[in-house]
Order: sequence, then structure tokens, then C-alpha cells
Amino acid sequence: MSTELYRDVAWLPPVPGDFRQQCRKLATPGAFDVRALRRLAGYALDESKLRILAGVLEAARAAGNSLAPLSPFRLGVVSNGNVEPIVPALVATAVRYGIALECCAAGFGQTVQEAMSPQSTINAARPDAVLLALDYRVLPLSPAPADGERARAAVAEALALIATLRDGFRTHAHAISLVQTLAPPVESMFGSFDRRLEGSMRSVVAAFNAAVADSLSASNDVLFDVASLAETVGLADWHSPKQWHLAKLPFDAKLVPLYAEHVCRIIAALLGKARRCLVLDLDNTIWGGAIGDDGLEGIVIGQGDATGEAYLEMQRSALELRSRGIVLAVSSKNEDAIARSAFASHPEMLLQEDHIAVFQANWGDKAANIAAIAAELSLGLDAMVFVDDNPAERMFVRETLPEVAVPELPDDPALYARTLAAAGYFEALAFTEEDRRRPEFYRSNTRRAAFELQARDLTEFLASLDMEISFRPFDAMGRSRIAQLINKSNQFNLTTRRYTEQEIAALELDPHAFTLQVRLRDRFGDNGMIGIVICRERSPEEWDIDTWLMSCRVLGRGVERMVLREILHHARAGGVRRVIGRYVPTQRNELVREHYPTLGFTFADSDGLGATTWIIQTDADIEAAPMALDRSAFERGTAERA
Amino acid sequence: MMSMSLEEIYAKLTDILREIFDDDSLAARPDLTADQVAGWDSFAHLRLMFKAEQTFKITFAASQISALRDVGQLADLIQSKVTA
Repeated sequence: MSTELYRDVAWLPPVPGDFRQQCRKLATPGAFDVRALRRLAGYALDESKLRILAGVLEAARAAGNSLAPLSPFRLGVVSNGNVEPIVPALVATAVRYGIALECCAAGFGQTVQEAMSPQSTINAARPDAVLLALDYRVLPLSPAPADGERARAAVAEALALIATLRDGFRTHAHAISLVQTLAPPVESMFGSFDRRLEGSMRSVVAAFNAAVADSLSASNDVLFDVASLAETVGLADWHSPKQWHLAKLPFDAKLVPLYAEHVCRIIAALLGKARRCLVLDLDNTIWGGAIGDDGLEGIVIGQGDATGEAYLEMQRSALELRSRGIVLAVSSKNEDAIARSAFASHPEMLLQEDHIAVFQANWGDKAANIAAIAAELSLGLDAMVFVDDNPAERMFVRETLPEVAVPELPDDPALYARTLAAAGYFEALAFTEEDRRRPEFYRSNTRRAAFELQARDLTEFLASLDMEISFRPFDAMGRSRIAQLINKSNQFNLTTRRYTEQEIAALELDPHAFTLQVRLRDRFGDNGMIGIVICRERSPEEWDIDTWLMSCRVLGRGVERMVLREILHHARAGGVRRVIGRYVPTQRNELVREHYPTLGFTFADSDGLGATTWIIQTDADIEAAPMALDRSAFERGTAERA
Repeated sequence: MMSMSLEEIYAKLTDILREIFDDDSLAARPDLTADQVAGWDSFAHLRLMFKAEQTFKITFAASQISALRDVGQLADLIQSKVTA
């Protein structure tokens, strides 16, 4: 059962019978439609259906059709095996994640040449990232049992190969590498003793995997943990000796859809497309039975009963997601008071009302409620996951709000938690202190929404928040959070320029750049880093605002004005006369179209495609918002320089 | 799976062929060979065989995969395995 869950990517809805007909229709000239393509990519496609869908996309691309709003991404693939079946699967699976992937592959060991030569196929294609799809056969290892020196040398040699590849692609293509761990081969030498014996294949692979994960910590390169994926489906199912011998397939072809899913999750996370909010149904999803019908005593939840424990497991995994920064919400068709009574009064419940950022128990339709939750949290619909045991509700939400991810659930609640985890909606490449505390911020916000309604007027309300804004230039401590915000903020983002952590580090030392990280505290707690600004010196008299983004959590509080005042303050101090702002429209940043004129900038230019340029004199008087100001980090910096 | 008639095997093979080669005009016949089908190269042949393994819940040895001459031999081989 669990093998089928993974192999068949069974959290995705089943493929409709006319799938190929729909593909063919899309491929007829003039009939291409990105939304339809994306809907087709959302089904549980096997290897041959992925290939058909990739064909539709390639044909559309060749015919000059626009693939917007899919995000373009170029991926190089190198392998010591045959990547032929992987490439179309990646292209089709990427569509599921809103990505228009261009793949450029070099198989059969064309690895070092591809990395080292600036003119190689992959380097010349200028990929954004390169997948190093290498398996254990890259280890230069003949059996070396109990020969620690040779075993260590083999690991070192394989690591050096990986380092060479990463270096080459970084230098020549400015691409990051997605580095795979190795799935250990099934065959053992002695049996259990292999684990203890230095130089056994099992030990060498384990040593390599630990070392390669470690080697990535000081870089932007990303780990793809194939070893754990292969162990999850079973090594004996992963490795097919026959398929290796016949076609040099590095793993069983029937697992290609799963492999492609995992690669695309990582790319999606790189592009800031991972999901951020889990919306839970209640009845028969986090407890057994219907509380409206069965009553508080009638619902099945808790220890001592197999079904009750299964639902507890589901609650536990929701809490675990919350502890790593995923916001929880509820959408249930129930009377509000009755639904809440389980949280407040049932002794076996793990989830508490406090854990739920937005609680929607009513008789409205679920799509409307999920949209309301997203709006309340200032999240896009494409950040939402909705879990419901009821297939009709799932279908309704999928059709009404195709951006929301809605996993299929098996009949047995014992597998709910595993299915949700297998779907991998919340793939993350890093974990910061702010991630850990994010659900708390949202909880404060929910209380704040209620509070806002009671406040008599806005100034009074804002003053009552006891806000303190603090500004610092970019620094090493803030770097990974800055990178995260720069790479995932879409709505309040004037130019949507993405920068790697490396580029951000370079800005810390750039004498021609002025940077700000903005934090905000209020009576409900610390909101953490909520804004980023990068200005570049265009001339001694002129700064260009390269990047200005903010968290939507703090909209409507005058933070923008405080940030502008801060920019102008430092600009004036540096003898700058004018500051230039630019708005570059995307699918997601309509919110800030009027950002600059609202702040008092005057119109300077427009490119005819919607991008506008604005200008402000640095002596402009911008009204302060009611909050305390802390710029001590700059003053300390000045003192140190002086 | 107790047994399967040749008709059922040919029906399923037709589905597989149509999906692998994305061509609804294909039909599994005993005398159908690779050179009559656009795109039936050596790798497509392997994909076809892997798909047949999954569909019929059987496995082929590498030597069996490369020895097949036409769809008739494939259908016979499948029948010998599903009824074994």
C-alpha cells in the first residue's frame, strides 16, 4: 500500500480517461492554453503520460506560444547513467509547480567535461541550476573491507569530483548545483556487519552522504536527498539491475514520476513557490465522526483506539508543520461554537484553538472560506493546502480554486498523515528562527484583525499598537532571512529581483550600495524582519531603489513612510539629491502599483509595458508614522568607521 | 491473476501501445513489428516492456526483452507468465 502511495504519486488526483485527447486538443495550432496545461499536469501522471504532456509543452514553445505565467527556469542535468526518461518527466512535472522548465542534459558520464569547459552544452545553455544526478557508481570503489585508508580515499575522490562539478558550473554558468546523496545498493557483503565495517559499500556510501551534505553548508548549492527517497520506497524497488544493464537507468523507470516530483519541489522552493498554509477540515479529517451529529463525546480521537490514534497522528503532523513555520487554519461546515468546543473541551485533542490562525466554521462553501482565509493571512491561493476527507469537497475546491493544492486521501485515516507528508507541499531549503516563530506572528495578526474593527480611527489604532521600527544595514546575521524574503516575496515587491545569498553577501561590502533590513515590534510581539531595501548609487547625486519589498503582514501601518524617511535620511547624509524608484509589474504585485505616487514621488517615465519610474528629492518632507525608531546599528557602524 | 485470455492480453497491449506511442490508430496484432510503428526505437521498446511488466504484474528477463520479434511473440510470452 505505501509503495503504491509513492510510486503512483497517489496524493494527486487520478488521470481522466480522455487525458491524451485533451493533450492532443491543446497541441492543435491556436488551441494552446497554459491554464489547461497546468490542470493536466496536476494529475497522477505516469512516465508515458508525463512524456506526452512534455511533448505538448515543447510543441507550444516551438510554435512561439507564451508560457506565462509559468516561471521560466533552466536546468542542466548531468548523470553517469541515462537521463533520457528523466528529462521529459521533469519538464511536465515542473508545470505542476508553475514552472516552465527548459532542460539541457548530458548523460553517460559527460560530467567533468560539461562542468569544466565554458563552451560545453550545459555551460553554454546558461542554466539557473544543474542537477548532479550521480549514483553510487561514481564511487571509485572496489571492495576494500577493513581497509580504512582506501575507503576514505574513495570517499575523498568522489567528493572531489562533486566539488569540481559544482565549481565548474558555478564559474562558467553561474549556476547553483542540486547535489544528490547516493542510494545505497541493496546487496550486502557480510550482512548486518557491513554497517560496522569500514570499507563496505554500505559504510562508504553512508560516509559519502554525510560528507556531501556537510560540504554544502557554506554555499548556495542545494541537497537532493535521493538516499532518503530511495529508502522510503525501498532500495530493492529503487534499484533495478535489469534496467541498469539494459538501458543504464540509474533507478527503476516506474519511479521516474516520483523522482521528478522531488526535483521540482526543490526548484519550486528555490523560486519561492513552496506552500505556507495548511487548511484543515474537521469532521473525519482530524477526528472521527461528525461533531454536529455525534456530539463532543461521540467523536473518535485519542489513545487506546486504533482509529482515534490515527486522527491524533494527523493532528500531530499538523502541529509539527506549525512548529516549522506553516500556518494552520480550519475550514469546516459546522456551527462555530460546536466546532470550537472540541478544541476547548475535548481532553484528547492535541490541536488547540491557539494553534489555528483563522477558524472558519460555517455553512458557506469551502472555496469561499479558503479564499477568505488566504485574504485574512495576506497569502496567495497558491500558498494554500486544503485537506478534507470528503472527495466532493476536494473536487469542488480544485475546480473553483485550481491554485489551491488539495491532496487525495486514502480511505484509511491511518494513512492521512503519511499522504500529506508524501505530497511534499512544504519543501524548504533552510530553516530560520523567524520560520519557527511565524505562526505566532499570524496568531497576533488574527487577534489584531478583530482589534482593528473596534479601533475608532486609524491613527489612534496605530498609536495603540506601541510599534517600534528598527533599521540595520545587511549583515551576516540577517543574511539567510534576507535571501529568503528576496526570493519569495511576490506581492509587496516593487521590482521582484531575486538574489542569491552570495550576491546578498557581496552587497554587505559594496560601497556603492545602501541596504536596509527592517524589523517591527508591537504590543503583540516581534514581527521579525518585515522589509528589505537595496539602493544603488547611480551617480554621486542619485540613488536608484533596486529592491524594495515588505511583508504584507504589516500593511496599513505607515511602515512604508518610515522606510522612505530612513532612505532619504541616509541619502541626504551621503550628499545625494534625488532618489529614483521603479515599479515593474508581475502577476502578483498589483498591490504596489501606486506605491511611489502615494508616497509623494513624481512620475518620470514609463516603458509602455507597465513598468514605471518615479523620482523624489531627498529634502522631501515625509510624515512620520506613530512608532518609535531605532537606527542604532547605523550609528554604531558610523562610530566604528570614524 | 488466475489466467488471461489472449483477447484480453491483446486489448491491454493495444492500450499500452497507444499510450507509449501516443497514437490511437495503433492496434495490437500478432504480426505487428517495431519497424511498422513511428518512434518504436530501442529505448521506446524498453519503455513498452517496462509498462507491460507493470500492467500485467510480471517480469521479463533481459534476454527475453531483446529476443522478441513481433507482438505475437510478446502476447504469447505474457500469457505464459500470467498463467504460470
